[in-house]
Amino acid sequence: MSHDVVPPRPGTATLPTEQPIRFIEPNGELAPGDAHGGFALPPIADLVDMHRRMSVARRFDTQVTALTRQGRLATYPSALGQEAAEIAASRALLPGDWLFPTYRDTIALLDRGVNAESILSFFRGDWHMAFDPYEHAVAPQSTPLATQALHAVGFATAATRRGEDTVCLAMLGDGASSEGDAHEAFNFASVWNAPVVFLIQNNQYAISTPTRRQFAARTLADRAVGYGMPGHYVDGNDAAAMLAVLRDAVAHARAGGGPTLVEAYTYRIESHTNSDDPTRYREDDERRSWQERDPIARLEKFLEAREAFGDEDRLRVQEESEHLAASTRDAMNATPELDPLEIFDHVYSAERTSLLEQRAFLEAELASAEPAIGSGGAR
Amino acid sequence: MSTPSTRAAEGRTASGQVTMAAALGQALRHSLEDDPNVVIFGEDVGPLGGVFRVTDGLARDFGDQRVWDSPLAEAGIVGTAIGMAMNGMRPVIEMQFDAFSYPAFEQITSHLAKQRNRTRGAVRLPIVVRVPYAGGIGGVEHHSDSSEVYWAHTPGLTVMTPSNPADAYSMLREAIALDDPVMFLEPKSRYWTKADLDLPVQAAPSNRAAVVREGTDVTLLAYGPTVATAIEAADLGADEGLSVEVVDLRSLSPFDDETIGASVRKTNRAAVIHEAHQFCGYGAEVAARVTEREFFSLAAPILRITGFDVPYPSPKLERYYLPTAERVLAALDTWEW
Repeated sequence: MSHDVVPPRPGTATLPTEQPIRFIEPNGELAPGDAHGGFALPPIADLVDMHRRMSVARRFDTQVTALTRQGRLATYPSALGQEAAEIAASRALLPGDWLFPTYRDTIALLDRGVNAESILSFFRGDWHMAFDPYEHAVAPQSTPLATQALHAVGFATAATRRGEDTVCLAMLGDGASSEGDAHEAFNFASVWNAPVVFLIQNNQYAISTPTRRQFAARTLADRAVGYGMPGHYVDGNDAAAMLAVLRDAVAHARAGGGPTLVEAYTYRIESHTNSDDPTRYREDDERRSWQERDPIARLEKFLEAREAFGDEDRLRVQEESEHLAASTRDAMNATPELDPLEIFDHVYSAERTSLLEQRAFLEAELASAEPAIGSGGAR
Repeated sequence: MSTPSTRAAEGRTASGQVTMAAALGQALRHSLEDDPNVVIFGEDVGPLGGVFRVTDGLARDFGDQRVWDSPLAEAGIVGTAIGMAMNGMRPVIEMQFDAFSYPAFEQITSHLAKQRNRTRGAVRLPIVVRVPYAGGIGGVEHHSDSSEVYWAHTPGLTVMTPSNPADAYSMLREAIALDDPVMFLEPKSRYWTKADLDLPVQAAPSNRAAVVREGTDVTLLAYGPTVATAIEAADLGADEGLSVEVVDLRSLSPFDDETIGASVRKTNRAAVIHEAHQFCGYGAEVAARVTEREFFSLAAPILRITGFDVPYPSPKLERYYLPTAERVLAALDTWEW
């Protein structure tokens, strides 16, 4: 049986560019026009703002990694080296839009305005999530991989049906792209024409598994065409390219154009979390080669050459960074009093007899002179 | 909203009786009418009306913005429902068949059940997952599983299973109105059970068990598809001079210790009947809870009459697997009376 020729449908897309879309070369110079993928360079003022936010985010990230090494946090997945993608994700959205992040996207949350301490209380081990998603239009950071991409599709679909122009941006890693939920999210979004942007940060390793053992496609952005949506392959260490492409994808979604898949080709400089040893799975040379492509240094050179950034700006950024680092240290060095009885709250909307009984049991145990309570969960 | 007043739309058969499938359909219809945020989606729930026709006519009468066919992907159905509920909707989704829900296990157990807890109450997920479950209809592999324990074991989920048309209507309405996620298990072998009913009907609250038949010698604890089995056993037992009380659990989570405890204190004997495998099955929880609380009123150990610990058998062999009234009575005969 021969297949009929399928007529093109709205949203059907062509393959992404051969080379990653890029505006700023690793040496800070403007990339040739044919590397821009048809996108326009964002206004310089926006790039200055990106630079400041990326710098502050990096200082925050290194501070939290240090605190984790000191044992103040149970774990912390660093995004060092991925600031361009992380901050562009946050900057591409309007205030009413929603971000659906993973566990690694802490600095994107921070940039969205979520309070540092309430984000980090998750990693410190106080509570699973300590911020109200509705306050910042940020969904809980998802640890299961790619599951939150489906939540983003549902949220965006509901928004469309309610006549709201909310766009949802879901963040995934290269490892998450192998999960069934990623496929289902791409497919549902395209079939439902949902206003969603999928950002895959391909940082080369899923914990220790390199991308060559993760997928066989040329790029992850190539997958988009199979779902009937546009896909863009972007230099994830170029803040200008990330901002231009994500903004365009968000606008495309808001205008009713449906979802877009964006791959940020980047690198995780730090280990997956403090508990793995990257020397077992990658060479130092490789890491160094990526440090030479650093997103912040690159943008700084670009802006300096245009006299949009100078020593005064550098001082101001440093001041803001140190201020945040100090307040984060203070917050994480404090040991908040936790109420053990709160574990029984927020399980169901109504009281449940069995939980009230268990709560009373723990309460009595806490009140007794010699509580039969262990030293807590493993750290 | 006015709807076509055909007999089918009213959920009544030509004889004036309502099947459980029709009662469920009416509950969905009335919920769609009452609340514009209620939406229904899943595989084949649109124009086909679901493989069991529970959603018959709903897509036609409410349009494809309220009732629609989703891509064939269970994790996708649950995952997108979670996002919709986060944004103000009240999705009622269908898993089509019990074992088809397993691809959605992660979305159900890691997100649907936990989102309220991990956000300290900020995110409510008023979602009903309808699962046609259990056997007895000659279904092939993966179409007859009893999946209740996976859900009942998960904190954050409410698990209900009706056994008759009135409960089906009333409990589904209640489930849709609840601000928590509900696993709503529909015993598919009872979809065609009929009752004389004028809908809407208000049955007992869904979190309470119901004594569906009074007796003094033994309490049979059953739910969903095995309530009918228990009643049949009670009838047979009566012929032998045995007075059997039948309790329909209705709610698997929460567990109604009160109603069940009162019945056991009256009869001093109890047996649990379910289709699911015995090992680590729901009956183990029932037996343990009742033993812990009512040990001194028990005259005999609590029995479990269940499916065997084998994968659900093929259609021609399922009758050897399913608990029957005769097996229930034979089990009761093992006690010293």
